[in-house]
Amino acid sequence: MTISKKKRLYTWLATIGVGIAAFITVFPLLSLVVSSFRPSSDLMRDGISLSIDFSKMSLDNYTYIFTQAADYWSWYGNSLIISVITIVLSLFFSSMVGYALAVYDFKGRNFFFLLVLLIMMVPFEILMLPLYQLMIDLQLIDSYFGAVLPMVVAPVAVFFFRQFAMGLPLQLMDAARIDGSSEYGIFFRIMLPLMAPSLAAMAILQGLGSWNNFLWPLLVLRSNDMLTLPIGLATLLTPYGNNYDVLIAGSVLTIVPIIILFIFFQKFFIAGLTTGGVKG
Amino acid sequence: MEPLTNSSQITEERSIVKKIEPRKNPNKFFKFINSKKVVPYLFVAPFIISFLVLTLYPMIQGIIMSFQSVLPGQVQFIGLSNYERIFNPTFFEALTNTIWYVAFTVLILTIIPMLLAIFLNSKLVKWKTLFRASFFLPALTSTIVGGMIFRLMFGEQNTALANQIISFFGLDPVNWRFTPWAAIFLMVILASWRWIGVNILYFLAALQNVPEELYEAGDIDGASAWQKLRYITIPQLKPIIIFVSTITIINGFRMFEESFVFWEAGSPGNIGLSVVGYIYQEGIRQNDIGFGSAIGVVLMLIIFLVSIIYLIATGTFKRGENQ
Repeated sequence: MTISKKKRLYTWLATIGVGIAAFITVFPLLSLVVSSFRPSSDLMRDGISLSIDFSKMSLDNYTYIFTQAADYWSWYGNSLIISVITIVLSLFFSSMVGYALAVYDFKGRNFFFLLVLLIMMVPFEILMLPLYQLMIDLQLIDSYFGAVLPMVVAPVAVFFFRQFAMGLPLQLMDAARIDGSSEYGIFFRIMLPLMAPSLAAMAILQGLGSWNNFLWPLLVLRSNDMLTLPIGLATLLTPYGNNYDVLIAGSVLTIVPIIILFIFFQKFFIAGLTTGGVKG
Repeated sequence: MEPLTNSSQITEERSIVKKIEPRKNPNKFFKFINSKKVVPYLFVAPFIISFLVLTLYPMIQGIIMSFQSVLPGQVQFIGLSNYERIFNPTFFEALTNTIWYVAFTVLILTIIPMLLAIFLNSKLVKWKTLFRASFFLPALTSTIVGGMIFRLMFGEQNTALANQIISFFGLDPVNWRFTPWAAIFLMVILASWRWIGVNILYFLAALQNVPEELYEAGDIDGASAWQKLRYITIPQLKPIIIFVSTITIINGFRMFEESFVFWEAGSPGNIGLSVVGYIYQEGIRQNDIGFGSAIGVVLMLIIFLVSIIYLIATGTFKRGENQ
């Protein structure tokens, strides 16, 4: 009797302990959502606070952002465009490279794979200034293309796709060749559909990375109507600004696409993160 | 009549075949680009091009520029003077801040996610999926959004959350963004908050690979829960502990956003300046790309050195120990 009672006590203690930790983790996000309904003057004065006047809550911040904050929506659009281009191009090229490294036997294959691993370890910061100079020379400053270019062939994605493609059934390739399919037909019509789970996982990781990316777009994008969301929001974080209405409601809306993406592909996302990480 | 039409059809077909003949060249071309010797290289080509243009070229360029003074229209080799300039108080402030940040994030982001993952993996805890999702949620937000929330929670006003809590315990309110120790604390806590869920996932995946028999053997030997943790779980987790702490070290040295979101242009007395922040400040803001590149090269050397020393110290290069 005492053993089962003791076990029950431990169960509750452990659950409550982890539960408190989980609550502390979600709390900042919850308080962001709650704060988004508070008047911006209160936020200016008190910050995020325990003493909230619930009677003052309203949808004013959201009404403001939907009717007055044109800049915010152009940032939103830029972020969406840049993320979609990044996802499509990086998935297309990285899956192609990863597939070839896994499936074909060719000279230099191991060298290229080693190169992928090495690039993963080179910090972007050392490439940042020369790349910035290159973008100036190519006149790609302040363009979507310039913002996307360094992300198109992501070594992490190549590595991940290569790991996944190692498990593809190679007999299918021979069968398709006998049926007269070209190598490109094999990749696009047979193998790529089989890689769908890995594509979904990478779509989210690349989407998340691009949506939240800060340093590179900060260098490349200049004019106000070309900024992405994180940079646009950061420009509102000035000591003299009084933009808390846009800032708070805008931040809540920033998370929406990511949450949708996450809920939609959650299974693949976690699988993707773990297999991609642990085997690395 | 019928055979006639037939034969006429045949001649027609033949004539079609003859008409196609000039296309033999493109056919050869297709055979060439479809041969198994060429296809892999075409598939890998985007990587090769991007490596040459977007990694190798800027890397060499970065090293060259670190010996130059780069001004629009006039580039000049100035030897080692960029590197000589690095030995200045601001750089050491940035480096000290970054090292503190690395030390704290490595400790927090290795130990706490590991313990939470062990709990989330045990049969003791209920509602695991809900908790897992809660820990992961911050990873979906950008540092900018997260940082803004933390700025408002750790506001300098007495009414802001953090000051409300500490004054409940009888402590004086803190001017968080303008106090040296608090500057490091803010950056560390923001990073820890954002990455805890991702690291929990890494540990959970590793825990699922720990063979069940080890625990059964432990049970037979009468091992306590603590002994099982100390002698089975943690040794089994060693490879992933090294993986997580290594990427935390590397990412720690590359920190920029956590500092930018709290102080934008610059913190008072550089209390929140990071090394990458210094590269940004000198290379982009002051337009001194040569000096910025030199800091970048030094940073890369530091990262390589620290990771290699760490990996040797943890025995990762010893063969067969971890696998």
